[in-house]
Amino acid sequence: MQYQIIENARIAPNVYLLDLAGDTSMLTAPGQFCQVQLPGFYLRRPISICDWDENGMTLIYKVIGQGTEALSKLETGAVLDVLNGLGNGYDVDACGDHPLVIGGGVGTPPLYGLTKALLRAGRQPQVILGFNTYEEIFLLDEFEDLDVPVTVTTADGSFGVKGFVTDAMADKDNRYIFACGPLPMLKAVYQKSGCPSGQYSLEERMACGFGACMGCSIQTKSGPKRVCKDGPVFRKEELPW
Amino acid sequence: MVNLSVNLCGLRLDNPVIPASGCFGYGKEFSVFYDINMLGSFSFKGTTLSPRFGNPTPRIAETPGGMLNAVGLQNPGVEHVIAHELPEMKQYFHKPVIANVSGFSIEEYVKTCELLDAQEQVGLLEVNISCPNVHGGGMAFGTSADSAAAVTKAVKAVTKKPVFVKLSPNVTDIVSIAKACEDAGADGLSLINTLLGMRIDLKTRRPILANTMGGLSGPAVFPVALRMVYQVYKAVKIPLMGMGGVSSARDVIEMMLAGATAVQVGAANLVNPYACKEIIEQLPAEMEKYKINSLEEIIGGAHS
Repeated sequence: MQYQIIENARIAPNVYLLDLAGDTSMLTAPGQFCQVQLPGFYLRRPISICDWDENGMTLIYKVIGQGTEALSKLETGAVLDVLNGLGNGYDVDACGDHPLVIGGGVGTPPLYGLTKALLRAGRQPQVILGFNTYEEIFLLDEFEDLDVPVTVTTADGSFGVKGFVTDAMADKDNRYIFACGPLPMLKAVYQKSGCPSGQYSLEERMACGFGACMGCSIQTKSGPKRVCKDGPVFRKEELPW
Repeated sequence: MVNLSVNLCGLRLDNPVIPASGCFGYGKEFSVFYDINMLGSFSFKGTTLSPRFGNPTPRIAETPGGMLNAVGLQNPGVEHVIAHELPEMKQYFHKPVIANVSGFSIEEYVKTCELLDAQEQVGLLEVNISCPNVHGGGMAFGTSADSAAAVTKAVKAVTKKPVFVKLSPNVTDIVSIAKACEDAGADGLSLINTLLGMRIDLKTRRPILANTMGGLSGPAVFPVALRMVYQVYKAVKIPLMGMGGVSSARDVIEMMLAGATAVQVGAANLVNPYACKEIIEQLPAEMEKYKINSLEEIIGGAHS
C-alpha cells in the first residue's frame, strides 16, 4: 500500500513525527503498527501508529539506526510502501471506567490513539508519561488537549515528577493499566501494579511483521507467541514476569 | 500460451515457484494476502521430533541486500504439526506440500521423516542438514559427506515419498556432499540454505543477534546460490530445487538455466508478502521476452 508523506518533522531530539496520507481502512485498534519499506534497505521497519483518521495516519519514530535515519531525511511528497494494520492492538473494552495509561519515551505514541479510543468508549483515563529529560518531552500538549489528567516524570527531574513512571504510581495501584515503553519500564510497571490484568505492548526486532518468520518470538505463560502477530499487546496474565 | 509446469520427482507442479521453509510458516499468514493455491507447492516450517522454542531474541538483523536470522528452528514438534497444523492447512491449501525436517541425531531425522512420510498431504520430504542456527545438529550433518550420506540413507530406508536433502553452502566443496547424498539414495537436492554471517552493533559493541551468528539470506546471496546450483547440476543426475535470494521472475529463470527443476523463494516473502504471487504472475511475460515456451525445457540450459 502506498502512502504519501504530508509532513516529516523533528519534534524532539532524534524523534520525528511522520504524517502519511493513504488508506487506513485496515486499522482496527489503537496499538497496531505498520511496516515501512525504506529505499536502500532490505527489511521493513516496524513503527507503531500514533493516530489515524479516514485520510491518513500519524507515526512518531525515533532515529536509532541507519534505517530510521534515512527515513528522517525523506521529504514531503515522497511516497512510501507500507504494510499496514499489523498486530492486535489494545482492547479498550477490557478495562474499567478509570484505567491508567503509562508510556515511556518513544513508547508514548500509540497511547495517544489509545487514550482517544478510551474516551470515545466512555472511560476516564489518567495518563503518566515518562521521559529522560525536559528536552525529550513530546506529545504532552496533544495529550493535555484531550482534557485528561497527565502526569509527566523525568529521570533527571527537569520537568514534572523526578524519577520514573513508577514513581507516579501508587503502591499496588489497582487501576487497570495500558502500557507501552522500554522493557525495563514495562517490567517495573508490571511489578508495581496491583491489578491482576492489564495490557502491555512489547517491542522486538522483526523481519516480516505478519507472523511468518518467527523472528520476534517470546515465551509467555501460554507458550511461545509472536510479538508481531499475537501481540504487540499482551495481557498481564500472559507475561511470565 | 507458455507452459510453466514442471515435473519434480513425479509431482506435477503448476509452476516451479515454492516458498522456502522458515519463510512461509504453514502458509496461513499468506493466505490472507492471496490464494496460495496458485503456488507450485510450499515447504512448511522446519519440523523437529520435539517442540523447540528456538534462540533468544534478537533473532533478526538487517544486512546490505539481505538479512540475518537466528530463529533456531522454532516449531511445535512433529506430533503437533500432524495433529494441528496439517489439518488446518488442508482448509486453505489443496496441493501436496513439502515437509522440511531437521534433527539432532540420525534417529530423530528418521522418526520425524517416517511420521511425515505417512501424511497424505505431504508430497515430498526435504531433509534439512544445513540449519546454521542450532548446536549439535542441523548444519553439523551437512558439512561432511559421510554424515550427510548417513542421514540420507537412514531416512530413505523408512520413507516412500521423494526425499530431497537440503544442503549447506558453508562448506569447502558442496559438490562432494551433493554426490554423497545422491549415492546414498537422495531423490533430489535443495540448495542453498543460508550463509553463516554476523553483524555488530556499534553502540553496544556486541553482536546484534543474541545467537552471535545467523544465516544470511536475500538478494545478496543469489549469485552464490546460483553458482552452487550450477556446479551441483553438472555433477549429479537427480533434480535440484534452487534457492537463495530469489526475488523475481528473472531470478527464477536464471536459477532454472543453472539447473534447478523448481525454485524456492525465501526472504523475499518476508519483505513483500505478495512476492511469490507477483513472481508467478510475471513469469509468462518474462518467458515470452526470452522466447521460452516451456520452463521445463530450460532446466540446466546454461550448461553447454
